[in-house]
Amino acid sequence: MKPHPARSRRIGVLALSLAFLCGQHAFAPGALAPRALAQETAVVKLTLKNHRFEPAEPHAPAGKPFTIEVTNLDGTPAEFESKTLRVEKVVAAGSTITLQMRALAAGRYRFFDDYHEDTSEGFLVVQ
Amino acid sequence: MLGALIIVFREVIEAGLIIGITMAVTRGIAGRGFYIAGGVAAGVFGACLVGAFINTISGAFQGVGQELFNATILGIAVVMLAWHNIWMARHGREIAAEMRQAGEAVRSGASTLLGLAVVVAVAVLREGSEVALFLYGIFIASAPGSAMSLLAGGAMGLVLGACVTTLTYGGLVRIPSRYLFGVTSVLIALLAAGLASQAVGFLEQADVITFLPGQLWDSSNILSDTSILGRVLHTLIGYSDHPSGMEALVYVATLAAIALLMRLFAHPAAAKAAARVAQS
Repeated sequence: MKPHPARSRRIGVLALSLAFLCGQHAFAPGALAPRALAQETAVVKLTLKNHRFEPAEPHAPAGKPFTIEVTNLDGTPAEFESKTLRVEKVVAAGSTITLQMRALAAGRYRFFDDYHEDTSEGFLVVQ
Repeated sequence: MLGALIIVFREVIEAGLIIGITMAVTRGIAGRGFYIAGGVAAGVFGACLVGAFINTISGAFQGVGQELFNATILGIAVVMLAWHNIWMARHGREIAAEMRQAGEAVRSGASTLLGLAVVVAVAVLREGSEVALFLYGIFIASAPGSAMSLLAGGAMGLVLGACVTTLTYGGLVRIPSRYLFGVTSVLIALLAAGLASQAVGFLEQADVITFLPGQLWDSSNILSDTSILGRVLHTLIGYSDHPSGMEALVYVATLAAIALLMRLFAHPAAAKAAARVAQS
């Protein structure tokens, strides 16, 4: 049976409004706001110099959200990346980026500068 | 030098595949060369701008500007690809008929050409900005001798990217034209779904999407998505070696939405013909 044009249109509208509603739920209200809570959360500070991370094995608490701050002291751009932490973010020369991390399970999480993976390996120890 | 080659190649594979597919999809449509070249040029220009203003972009929106920017760019590509497929579902038959009659030039493809030019532009812009930053870093940091060798590596990476475009195009145009539309529709739907889930990844990193964050699986031991094959599959079908629940959900939802909209907007004549075939 060929779908009736008016019905097709109604189905389309329904699908669109469903998609919209789902979107509303996925975007937690004020998702950008919780940065105000940042004072209470742990901050992991990393610096990049000569394409090496310092410290190369930072620690973070398991089971609670925390912040990672990466400062690039080199004269060249870097890309802070970690598969297991699910992050990739460009850090321009001489600048700092911050990443809000979710609560993580204990473990060792490998990270690196995507532009200098050979020298820049580090591990975030979550415990 | 090999390192630079691999880094640049890895970044340009995605754009290379997308340009190849776009060229195959628009074969026979008048003025496509102009639109696609325009898309590439706009993308390269945009990539240099993004590279130059990366600090401003990063600092925007309380430090998540980079993530929101990437997600927006990917979102635009998803919408344009979906729109192309839906448009072709309605008008593909007319275009094919017109192509047969006119022999070559077809005017009716112009509206979808602009959409595909935008797809090419954002693909080049997104990957190109990382290449631009990387090459810029080499340029200012290295000793003159090694900079030349690294730049040569980078240039070879770009050439290999262009080879990917040629291979993709060459492979697709070998498909007989009556199947080509079906094959490219599926390719574009998968491409769009993959890009949509990448956009979700960036929104999760920005903490904007917090729904279903858990990792579904980790197949990086079997096929890492940083390997060349993994990268190709990452673009073509959205392969990820560690997807989150939400990424997978959006992937499936995008595919379903495109399939549904293609069906709803399919050309009435095509639908009737299909119904006749089904009845007989």
